[in-house]
Amino acid sequence: MAETILQRWGQKFFILGAMTLFLLPLMGMDFKTYLTLTIAGVAVGMMLFLIASGLSLIFGLMDVINFAHGVCFAWGAYVAFTVFKYFESLVVAPSVFKNLLVFFMAIVAAMIVVAGVGIVVERVLVRRVYGSHLFQILITFGGMVVLTELIKIIWGPNDEVMPVPATFKGNWDIFDVIVLKYPIIAIVIGLIVYGIIQFVLKNTKVGKIVRAGVEDPDMVQAMGHNVFLLFTAVFAAGAGLAAVGGVAMSMFTQQVYSEMGGAYLIFAFIVVIIGGLGSITGSLVGALIVGLSYNYVAYLFPPLAMGVNILIMVIILLIKPTGLFAAGK
Amino acid sequence: MSETILAAEAVHTHIGEHHILQGITFQAQADGVTVLIGRNGAGKSSTLKTIMGLLPASQGKILFKGEEIQNKKPYDIARLGIGFIPEHMGIFTDLTVEENMQVAMLREDAESKQRLEQILEMFTALKKFWKTKAGNLSGGQKQMLAIARAIVNDITLLLIDEPTKGLAPIVIDALIDAINQIKQNSVVVLVEQNFYMASSVGDTFHILDDGKVVHSGMMADLVADKELQSKYLGISRIAD
Repeated sequence: MAETILQRWGQKFFILGAMTLFLLPLMGMDFKTYLTLTIAGVAVGMMLFLIASGLSLIFGLMDVINFAHGVCFAWGAYVAFTVFKYFESLVVAPSVFKNLLVFFMAIVAAMIVVAGVGIVVERVLVRRVYGSHLFQILITFGGMVVLTELIKIIWGPNDEVMPVPATFKGNWDIFDVIVLKYPIIAIVIGLIVYGIIQFVLKNTKVGKIVRAGVEDPDMVQAMGHNVFLLFTAVFAAGAGLAAVGGVAMSMFTQQVYSEMGGAYLIFAFIVVIIGGLGSITGSLVGALIVGLSYNYVAYLFPPLAMGVNILIMVIILLIKPTGLFAAGK
Repeated sequence: MSETILAAEAVHTHIGEHHILQGITFQAQADGVTVLIGRNGAGKSSTLKTIMGLLPASQGKILFKGEEIQNKKPYDIARLGIGFIPEHMGIFTDLTVEENMQVAMLREDAESKQRLEQILEMFTALKKFWKTKAGNLSGGQKQMLAIARAIVNDITLLLIDEPTKGLAPIVIDALIDAINQIKQNSVVVLVEQNFYMASSVGDTFHILDDGKVVHSGMMADLVADKELQSKYLGISRIAD
């Protein structure tokens, strides 16, 4: 009975508790610092959401543990880097229109190229190992290594400075608080993508089939839907979302490097475990929790920054092993 | 003799190293309900899953209206006009009743919409809980939804796996009425352990034991044959 009550109220208690906890850092810093850290934390959370949402859908729908997902993040960043370099005049131009144009060109190019990479990974590697987690880990890990090495061959082994369009640089002064422009823009991008994903999943037939497939792919097949085509489409969409995340994150950190995918994949897995498999809202909430807690703790107790996320993940696993918003399996 | 809609010919199925179906052979005719009965582990559910392509047949033929389907994918088999309700009902609990029906509808033309209207008249509870998450329905309502999803398309054959499992007797009676209505338009192959249900709707039966059909006949004969019931179904004669 106690377990049932915990399961029923665990999600609400946890979110309420997390909201309260996120006010605690105010005791150790002034309000301006807190606001700056909060905005940066939400921005990082939004970018983690972009990489984690695709991972969560792939995990939830196809039961595939995809270690190659992180490298899609890096590929997205590098494709955008190429677009920015090729159209450098648009990047440096003091024109909002030109800056936005090159930014959308970079996003679209990254999504298309990386969705293509996702399709190849699913068709060539993953399709052979459906149903076997051990082989999935091995083969997608191998895929990650190959795709990372390909980055070095195509773009070179050195880290690069990511060009950022002029409009996205600088800051705003809001009530005497200096707020960087880019984190706010990243938050808006994340919210727009979240809105689009939710709209597609809730209001289109294909979205409803994907949600149904997350619960019971066999039943979706038995209803006459080609679930393998759906798997490929979701894999491509997931890779495309990771690419957007990669573009956003590389513009935030202003650097691109071949191993950046692996570094953020760990966070993405933590987000998926906290949020629950197959849940987009779960990914958003999980990503915000991870982004905020990492930022606060990194400021207050730097050595514990990574540990706090693992601690949150352990607590979630103890309270609700399926994650806060897991789709009903 | 009416037309044979479904024929399984010496079908074998393996799950891993286990030899589950060991040469199942039976037919379902165009008129009436064919019931597959037998003890737990006899291979009844695996037979339906093999027909649907969810388990691969390692040997033998499955013919639907004369066409071999044993090598087809489940979604292609479904689109031939075969509906399937698994033992766990396969309800998408996070989706509303309406969304469950939308996922099930392969076409949204006037004919399908009219069929949906008729189904909602048959299962009024679904109309009442149209916008409710399917996970919040009762066991009987979930079974109604599972049936409604299966028959919303123009199907020739309906495969149902143990629909009475865990349901109250009053709900079972409603289910019997529903299947008697469905059999007016579609051929039904029913897997059932509840002998009351099986004998109420069944016209022909096949008893499965250890992955093989060990006895076939008319349901009326099985109802009268207490020896056979006792031997294969474990129905005690003390009840007499």
